[in-house]
Amino acid sequence: MADKIKFGFLLAGGCAGCETALVDISERLVDALEHLEVVFWAPTVADVKYKDLEAMEDGYIDLAFVDGMVRNTENEHTVKVLRQKSKTLVAFGACASLGGIAAMGDMHSKEELFNQAYKDTFSTDNPEGLLPEPQCLWEGKYDLTLPAFTKRVSTIDQLVDVDYYVGGCPPHHDFIFQLIQAVVSGNLPPKGSWLTSGKAVCDICKRNPAEHDQQRLPIGDIFRTVDGRPDEDKCLLQQGYICFGPVTQGDCGASCLNVNIPCRGCGGPIPGVKDYGARCVSTIASSLKDDATAEKFIQKFNDMAKLCYRYSYSSGILNQKLTPGNKP
Amino acid sequence: MSFSPNIVGFACQWCTYAGADLAGNLRCKYPPTIKLIRVPCSGSVEPEYVLESLARGADGVLIGGCHYGDCHYKEGNYKTSRRMTILKKMIEDAGFDSRRFRLEWISGAEGKRFAEVVEEFTRELQELGPNPVKGGA
Ligand code: SF4
Ligand code: SF4
Ligand code: SF4
Ligand code: FES
Repeated sequence: MADKIKFGFLLAGGCAGCETALVDISERLVDALEHLEVVFWAPTVADVKYKDLEAMEDGYIDLAFVDGMVRNTENEHTVKVLRQKSKTLVAFGACASLGGIAAMGDMHSKEELFNQAYKDTFSTDNPEGLLPEPQCLWEGKYDLTLPAFTKRVSTIDQLVDVDYYVGGCPPHHDFIFQLIQAVVSGNLPPKGSWLTSGKAVCDICKRNPAEHDQQRLPIGDIFRTVDGRPDEDKCLLQQGYICFGPVTQGDCGASCLNVNIPCRGCGGPIPGVKDYGARCVSTIASSLKDDATAEKFIQKFNDMAKLCYRYSYSSGILNQKLTPGNKP
Repeated sequence: MSFSPNIVGFACQWCTYAGADLAGNLRCKYPPTIKLIRVPCSGSVEPEYVLESLARGADGVLIGGCHYGDCHYKEGNYKTSRRMTILKKMIEDAGFDSRRFRLEWISGAEGKRFAEVVEEFTRELQELGPNPVKGGA
């Protein structure tokens, strides 16, 4: 048997949901482990430390996944080290490839974020109003350091070279299984590509009007998911429930649509899209009947940036340029 | 001297582009701040073009299209209007000054109007200062 593929997995600034999704391929993972040797999986799964990673020879890991965005100096460090130690690096999931949910934090100042996280939330008990500090002297003698918050959230490829991108928050386990098969058989596209079927969520969605020989009609009313209950079989967008299926990669198998929820774009942009948020604007605006409906859309959702860049704000072309000097 | 802004103008070939031409023929005076890009219809201007221009340092972006009812592709300009209304709000919500971005209906007969719009927009941008992506205000 050929040598096993040396595999590593690093959690950067994410929630580890992407790692759970890999474990979710369940017994198929056991089969895959015949071909994969896990040499690093931290800080979540394997009993290895960052220093073990640092001690590896450069290029020792054949294939590394990283989930999560770069949010602090620890993420910066470990991602750089992982890049050095890996032949192939995959930005795995929405956070790593696009910025993910946490990237919306870039629309706020650090102060707002810290107050929300450590003071204002209902469940927080912090009478002294303490905030995390990168340096702290504990009991007068222990010099402790914490990773510092970075100025902005960045995607993995804004920090180091990335060989492949995978969308999804998290990626769907069936799709992960296909990926693993492709990896094991050495059947990968040119570097720099997204690993995707290339189909949009609409292409997979059973509600697609084209599947039922129906035309898409201009949309004259707007609803949020809390308004009423959409028809379970008809296209949500046609019913006025804003859905980003037309511009999102459908490797999830249109999961949300299967449970009557519109797509919010976690799969990442379909090929050819430079800025996901701008393309959402274009697609939705073109589907609306008139200016009044556009106004209603704005009023109903209020924050257009957080709606259209729900998972992709770090990769947005304007934000990349703007945030570094502009936000404290 | 106050700074001379860099404006990227997307001009529909059937109206605003002809309007700019007429402004020249009429010898209207307006500041040399706008670089015009001729497009088949204002409806062909993707919001991505606007963001890309701003991200690359344009101080302002102007889209010029035909008046309602005059679009050669019937409803291109209606779509432009909806797109840009939403785009404007998205840019604002992301913390960027949407006054750097402007949509105008200027016909081929309105050479003077074209000159006025460029002059007015230039003045506004001078007040706003350089685009922050260039490390300005
Ligand atoms: S992409 Fe989603 S599931 Fe994966 S780390 Fe980020 S938040 Fe968690
Ligand atoms: S817009 Fe949404 S509901 Fe309609 S076909 Fe596409 S994915 Fe399905
Ligand atoms: S339907 Fe859209 S939001 Fe839902 S899982 Fe698929 S890509 Fe993500
Ligand atoms: S042809 Fe001028 S805006 Fe459509």
